[in-house]
Amino acid sequence: MSKPKVFEKPIGVKDYLPHAVSRLRHIEGRVLACMSAWGYEQIMTPTIEYYDTVGVASSTSDQKLFKLLNNRGTTLVLRSDMTTPIARVASSLLKEAEHPLRLSYHSNIFRAIEEEAGREAEFFQTGVELIGDASAEADAEVVALAIASLQAAGVGRFKIAIGHVGFLNGLLEETLNGQPEIQEELKSCLLRRDYVGYREQLRQLQLGTELERGLEGILRLRGGQEICDQALELSSNETAKASIRHLCEIWDVLNAYDVCEHVLIDLTMIGDFSYYTGMTFEGYAAELGFPVASGGRYDNLLSQFGRPAPATGFALKTTRILDLIRTGQGEEKKRILIGYDAQSREGALLAAKRYREQGDVVVTERVENWDNWAPGASGAPLPVTYKGNSYSAVVPFQSSRIKGGTV
Amino acid sequence: MSQPNMNILKVAMPKGRIYKQASKLFREAGLPIPSDFDDTRKLVIELPEMDMEFIMAKPVDVPTYVEYGVADIGIVGKDVLMEENKDVFELLDLGIAKCRMSVIGLPDWTPSINPRVATKYPNVASQYFREQGQQVEVIKLNGSIELAPLIGLADRIVDMVETGQTLRENGLVEMETIFGITSRLIANRVSYRMKNAKIQSLCDLLQAAITVKQG
Repeated sequence: MSKPKVFEKPIGVKDYLPHAVSRLRHIEGRVLACMSAWGYEQIMTPTIEYYDTVGVASSTSDQKLFKLLNNRGTTLVLRSDMTTPIARVASSLLKEAEHPLRLSYHSNIFRAIEEEAGREAEFFQTGVELIGDASAEADAEVVALAIASLQAAGVGRFKIAIGHVGFLNGLLEETLNGQPEIQEELKSCLLRRDYVGYREQLRQLQLGTELERGLEGILRLRGGQEICDQALELSSNETAKASIRHLCEIWDVLNAYDVCEHVLIDLTMIGDFSYYTGMTFEGYAAELGFPVASGGRYDNLLSQFGRPAPATGFALKTTRILDLIRTGQGEEKKRILIGYDAQSREGALLAAKRYREQGDVVVTERVENWDNWAPGASGAPLPVTYKGNSYSAVVPFQSSRIKGGTV
Repeated sequence: MSQPNMNILKVAMPKGRIYKQASKLFREAGLPIPSDFDDTRKLVIELPEMDMEFIMAKPVDVPTYVEYGVADIGIVGKDVLMEENKDVFELLDLGIAKCRMSVIGLPDWTPSINPRVATKYPNVASQYFREQGQQVEVIKLNGSIELAPLIGLADRIVDMVETGQTLRENGLVEMETIFGITSRLIANRVSYRMKNAKIQSLCDLLQAAITVKQG
């Protein structure tokens, strides 16, 4: 590779200029406040972790991990999610803490080699983990909090699609018993969102019309609570039935939260099978081509750190929400420009301190020649734009003029 | 960003060969697409009576428009989907623009020490030969792929074959078929959930027309 130009930066990373940062902080602050109001306490973990612990346990595929070596030659990774480090903390530092644990985070996340569109090598996620509660109430709490968080972030129209990995697992186990390879193949079609391939596979299997129609039918299992009833009829497998009953319960709880208008059940909504163990969900905003939230139940992760516990959670893709929220960047503070000269300095800086204590934004500038100081020109209309910034008030501390006066 | 109309379905349509067959299929499915658009140079066609908007795109760009969500759905050949590997829903096999992806060479082809394969589809080609356990050097070309074996740039090519006419005229033979190709209906991840009713009903109409066609 040729030497980069001095202003170049690695592919997939970004600078955030002040206007973007103020918006990001605004979203982050509101979402974290919302999570905190639900009893979730914020946690921070290191940017780097060991490859052999957090790296291996995370759901991120190996080639998407940023790997580096430390001075002893041990492989490290930049964290590729927050769920796995939190699982590590929950199993070690918080080993004695009583369950359920409610933890939240806002953090930058790193992913290498992302071919897909709209992905970045470093991006922000804001999320929660609810550890130690296997109930449908816990799953519903996480979904309801995801909805509240999206609303707090200012996302207007959105939908949450909920699925359950157990339904498909059970259904396939029942219909294709003893054919794990074919089951895998069908699941991988659905995971790739390749419905054409899924139907082709089914036709090749020659399962008989009824079975084929049943398995093809799951592509349409999408909607409200009625979907649960339809799904229950599709399978007599205990895993599948239990999954659907769990989903029904989640729906009932969400109904009590009064958020069902945002939720749809979609049984083709399946996450990574090796990671998710129960309910999974994704959040979609009307104006954005990519999901803005994702989450689900991952009951096997904590056992990799030696303390098995059920867990569920979600993450908002805060960087993507940033593209969506163009307005509402915190309340505008009053900006004041104070000019002073050598004699008036003390009084001017004292006045600036007072204004700042009131909550105003004050910029001070030493003026050498009052006649040439443009903002001080009398009769200039407010707000004044000066050196790229806009000020709603200009206070000239001209020593000859104020003669020991106060502000 | 302006507030998009949630009722309008944006469809990325491939310009050229596939468009004519696709618009015919739409008409057979009861969707009244005026035939005077078949040769249009307009890039965005509004079809208010159907709550649709066609975005006329270069075929290989269709999955990109759909992945980014600037189009809700799109029509694209399986060849492009295999090559581009985009994160989209593949909803329906439209059964139109049928052809196949094949390995093609001169009739007297023998394995060489440093085999070279020319293609417009470098990802498809290198994956195929990797899976076959063959090590080949893949050369990306942008057109007239058939030239490559004739003038000695490559000993084989990977390309789409429809009738085989061009191959025969240039003295080439089809050696292996990699996969069959038809056009597919694809959908954006978010649109598929946010505009599901509209997309599903379009799917059903198209599926009915396809079933009639295929008997």
